[in-house]
Amino acid sequence: MNESVSRRRFLSRGAAGLSAVWASAHWPALLAAATHARHAAQAATPAKFEFFTPEEAREIDDITSRIIPSDDTPGAHEAGVVYFIDRGLTTFAVTDQKTYRQGLPELQARVAEMFPRVSKFSALTPDQQDQVLHSFDDSGQQGQRQGRLRSRPGAGSFFETVRQHTVMGFLIDPDFGGNHDGVGWKVIGREREHMFQAPFGYYDKSYPGWESAVKEAEKK
Amino acid sequence: MTVDQPKYKTSDEVDFVVIGSGAAGGILAKELSTNGFRVVVLEQGPYLTEADFTHNEVKVLNENLLTNHPQLQPTSFRKTPDEKAKPQRALVYGRCVGGTSVHFTANLWRFHEIDFMERSKVGAVPGATLADWPITYADLEPYYTKVEWDMGVSGLGDASPFDPPRSKPYPMPPLPVKSSGVLFERAARKLGWHPFPAPMGILSQPRPGRSACVQCGYCLGFGCEVGAKSSSLAAAIRVAEHTGRCEIRPNSYVHKIELAASGRVVGAVYFDDKRNTHLQKAKAVVVCANGAETPRLLLLSANKQFPDGLANSSGLVGKNLMFNTYGSVTGVYDQPLNDYKGYCVSRVLHDFYELDHEKVGFYGGGGLDARYTFTPVSFAFGGMPPDTPRWGKDFKAALARNFSRTMEVAAHGTSLPVENNSFSLDPELKDAWGLPALRMTYKDHPDDLKLTNWLFERAHEVHEAAGAVKKWGYPAQEQQFGVHLLGTCRMGNDAKTSVINTDHRTHDVKNLFLCDGSSLVTSGRGQPTMTIMALAFRAADCITTLAKRGEINA
Repeated sequence: MNESVSRRRFLSRGAAGLSAVWASAHWPALLAAATHARHAAQAATPAKFEFFTPEEAREIDDITSRIIPSDDTPGAHEAGVVYFIDRGLTTFAVTDQKTYRQGLPELQARVAEMFPRVSKFSALTPDQQDQVLHSFDDSGQQGQRQGRLRSRPGAGSFFETVRQHTVMGFLIDPDFGGNHDGVGWKVIGREREHMFQAPFGYYDKSYPGWESAVKEAEKK
Repeated sequence: MTVDQPKYKTSDEVDFVVIGSGAAGGILAKELSTNGFRVVVLEQGPYLTEADFTHNEVKVLNENLLTNHPQLQPTSFRKTPDEKAKPQRALVYGRCVGGTSVHFTANLWRFHEIDFMERSKVGAVPGATLADWPITYADLEPYYTKVEWDMGVSGLGDASPFDPPRSKPYPMPPLPVKSSGVLFERAARKLGWHPFPAPMGILSQPRPGRSACVQCGYCLGFGCEVGAKSSSLAAAIRVAEHTGRCEIRPNSYVHKIELAASGRVVGAVYFDDKRNTHLQKAKAVVVCANGAETPRLLLLSANKQFPDGLANSSGLVGKNLMFNTYGSVTGVYDQPLNDYKGYCVSRVLHDFYELDHEKVGFYGGGGLDARYTFTPVSFAFGGMPPDTPRWGKDFKAALARNFSRTMEVAAHGTSLPVENNSFSLDPELKDAWGLPALRMTYKDHPDDLKLTNWLFERAHEVHEAAGAVKKWGYPAQEQQFGVHLLGTCRMGNDAKTSVINTDHRTHDVKNLFLCDGSSLVTSGRGQPTMTIMALAFRAADCITTLAKRGEINA
């Protein structure tokens, strides 16, 4: 047994990002969703969505792409996160269906409020999309915007749920069918090996060994 | 499941029933069966092996593959006895064959002399029930050595000037240093402190049937897939099974210890996986169910002779709960450390093991170590500086930059025993089997919080001296969650102020023994498992001696 709070924090870090649904016993379905996401992202012809309409999927894909954007490295889009969420909503995250069903219209309503000439989120420029999402974000980032906008109950939890699902779908272990081609791990610099050998990183590469390090220290 | 296991009938009166198969139970099973006794181990969790272990963090961490299930086994929490406890997840422990030793980080520090005699040295601490142990470091030293050699501990004996005396070197050299360890070592030396290679219950060299560590990076929270971690599963249970005298019976949830009119226990009552009830008969019962479930089981076993709980004439069963204090500071560095690779902790220091309480103004002491405890997903949700955006381009950039460049400096320290801090039975909340749930009462002694903050400052200094680009942490908060579950059936010579004697025998019942975190009188400096394992080896010797002299069943 070890490190009381470290262990607690470790567990809560995992749990913090996951709704109660995630914590319940849905792993086989989660695994299937991840595998599905990988195959879907690999397929030449787009896979069929199970929960989202193609139009909705387009919107969700765009939201996930603002949460983890594609720039000089792959983002949520390349990791197939929308497929991961779509499968999830019919399996391990069934109870989040309502959050998505109610959240999407709220999102579109907010778009209309902020950009009257545009009909949907996916038609906005990325900067405009960010503005809309910031207006939803509970965390207070650019929260001042919310002052002049109509309160939209539930929209904040919708955004938070998508945010969590996106991060999960992007960074889940690809060995278990997660992020497509391990692109998430490539982005963060996590090598996809099951075993490693020293030296592990920059600072231990030049370590002279314990005895020499002790002698060096004694000289000083 | 492996070879040679006997199948005892519940009506067979075996020599010992051992309840729990973790750090203590696994070792007691091994030692007692090796010494010729017939043993049944009742483990509430499943029998998983290396083939069942996985790096799948959702399955392991979120779905509790290896640990207690909050849905089936709810708990409640309150700060003081005058409050009504609220349902709240209050603890984590291993719930599988091997117990918590399956998923622990494997820091195996010995306690030092001071841990056994601190009350005499520092005097009474107001608000605490600090007591000396009835045994000394010298009594336990041979058993610490036994843990190192029998279970397998990697380390370097003379590396810390603060180490207590040892009769033998470590059986194998330390594991290779990590970048976090190098940064920690250099910084600590710069500060005039004495870092040393962490003693780890992880093999740096292979042993029969067990691989050396392959540095996969999944220690904390996960089961070792190659048997390198010195869990009781990898290092003790299998030896017990090979004696041909020990049966490991998983999915067996003991909820009562049966007492006969003679005042002797006759066996353990448990639910099997179909919730059928059985009584396994035995000449003696050894409870190793951890610092929460051991007192709970005694309280659940209340009867006419012991209306307040079996072996609870002292009223101390479940009391004096200690967790160890913990604080950590996270830092980001210029170059990649890649600390996600490999085992968790490679350097430790014990310069603050014993603080001068008159000088610092509080009781206690602790150790610092360098570590990395994240998986990619947990890192994204909890490993980045507090001012990092939660999404978008800058979030992604921070994730990409920091994941490989982050390490933590953790501070582990003493918890003072406080009588009100306890495990008891919740009067309302029930588990999935209809039994009273665990209720935890805990409020940190003020000195524990002062100590945490003091050590926290030292952790900041390490990052500072190591040249961290950025560092942050969170000051001490009152704890509401336990992992180290210690002190709840403490050892002592006086039946009025302790639950077990130095043989681990309960003062009240001659053929009932307890050995696990509950036996500890003081909390040590943050790493109790080494001492729990050493106590188990020692308890096995004591119990064997008593049995051979005919003093258990006389």
